[in-house]
Amino acid sequence: MATDQALHGLDSLELSDAAPGESQAARLGRKAWAKTWPKLLAVALVLAVWQLFYLSDFRGDTADHLLQSPAEVLPNLWQQLQHGPLLQAIGNSMQRAVVGYALALAFGVVIGALVSRIPPLRAATGSIITGLQTMPSIAWFPFAIILFGATDATILFVIVLGSAPSIANAMIAGVDYTPPLLLRAGKVMGLRGLSLYWHLILPSSLPAFMAGMKQAWAFAWRSLMAGELVVQIPGVASLGVLLNSDQDQLDMASTISVMIVILIIGIVVDGLFSKADLAIRNRRGLLDPALA
Amino acid sequence: MSVSTRATPPAAEPGASAVPADKPPAVALTEVSKAYRTGRGELLALDKVSMTIADGEFVCIIGASGCGKSTLLNLVAGLDRPTSGTVETGGRRVGLMFQEPALFPWLSAARNIELALRARGVPRQARRDITRELLHAVRLDGFGDKRPHELSGGMRQRVAMARALAQDADVLLMDEPFGALDAMTRDLLHDELERICAERMLTVAFVTHNVREAARLGDRVVVLSSRPGKVIAEFAVPRHGPRRIDSAEVAQLAATLTDQLREEMGRHGN
Repeated sequence: MATDQALHGLDSLELSDAAPGESQAARLGRKAWAKTWPKLLAVALVLAVWQLFYLSDFRGDTADHLLQSPAEVLPNLWQQLQHGPLLQAIGNSMQRAVVGYALALAFGVVIGALVSRIPPLRAATGSIITGLQTMPSIAWFPFAIILFGATDATILFVIVLGSAPSIANAMIAGVDYTPPLLLRAGKVMGLRGLSLYWHLILPSSLPAFMAGMKQAWAFAWRSLMAGELVVQIPGVASLGVLLNSDQDQLDMASTISVMIVILIIGIVVDGLFSKADLAIRNRRGLLDPALA
Repeated sequence: MSVSTRATPPAAEPGASAVPADKPPAVALTEVSKAYRTGRGELLALDKVSMTIADGEFVCIIGASGCGKSTLLNLVAGLDRPTSGTVETGGRRVGLMFQEPALFPWLSAARNIELALRARGVPRQARRDITRELLHAVRLDGFGDKRPHELSGGMRQRVAMARALAQDADVLLMDEPFGALDAMTRDLLHDELERICAERMLTVAFVTHNVREAARLGDRVVVLSSRPGKVIAEFAVPRHGPRRIDSAEVAQLAATLTDQLREEMGRHGN
């Protein structure tokens, strides 16, 4: 059994990790700090630029309170979060975002799967999908309003048109980039038709698909905000409705507060997608351990 | 040592094999040609290749670049159809291994093996047991939960071997399976492969461009010419127990094979 022993020795030599130097807790703490400080720095930078802009008094109207400093806006935001329709508005807007995104996901996956599997369909629709993706979603509103009126359906319609193409495109690209060697391996194994799709092509295209989902979220969120500004549904609070009424009342502090909320939601959701993407790539060994 | 050489193309009569030829062969290629359509016309990859591999025989196929080695294996594996001629495997299951492990990176080592079992319809409970047994066969007990990227190159290639065995293959086709490994690992894996083939009575077609590897492993070594691929020589290697890659016996055959290949390459230099 000399061969077996040599083989086991070689295996453990090749797998030995770097020496464990610090404790688990210390490592986690260092990692957490390494992730936190750039974000704190970014917030500080934004506040600093804003404050400088305020102090520059470029229109000479600070006295009229047209532009306000962080010191005035942040308490306003706090106030709105505690009393007032802001929370309600966030809830309503997020609900639309989730429903619209889910619809876009469903449509995108079905269209992507069909187009990637059926070559003639692909030749016919490939450029249409890409074209839809470049079309600014706000250009769809007149069409949608005539069709559905000032309703939720209009907003959802535009969200789906804005973000489904990204999902479909990502799906098609993922299928295209299934490594040919893995395809050969799968076919030798006897994977055919649906099982080839389920066990090989879909999982193999997951990283590309995640990237598409992330992009689709950005499109969905933008379409939603545009929609809520354009389509005013009476009696339903939403971030867009708040922005509109703040604008009407020349209430700059509230306007900026709502904008901050919109920005933060966008960043948080994007962060969730990035986390999922990272987890997938990590599972597949697509991350450089030196960078992780 | 006795090395029987036949430097003429074996057109009709199969033989020169170390294994008795009275049983029907495991793999029989008859006048197999394969042409590919390219931008500038047709490229003949294989030209009337006839070859048989007996049950339980280990045949190494060597040749310089462009001899259609990989095409040959694809044809036997049924991934491609010959332009003319016939490929017969008598209904045997065929497993294929590549130079790259080609494991699915999203599955653990054990799951990779299980998928091959699942594809041929093995029930769930049996899958787990067979997978454990296969991991043991390639001496990777306890590594089943690791993902491919957590394993070394040699270990990945062993998982790939276990996956090929999971296809319950009687015939194992290997396309330069150890080409990307370092010499020490390769040497150990030669021993492993030999043991596994003996335990499971596998028939093997092993493509390589490493003459020493061919001389070390094969019961028979087939030399292919380049562009188009044709059988130009066969060497039967009588077995006297396990060989070592650094033995005089292997070195001598390797030298003969090298001469043969150089002559063939020189033919294309003019």
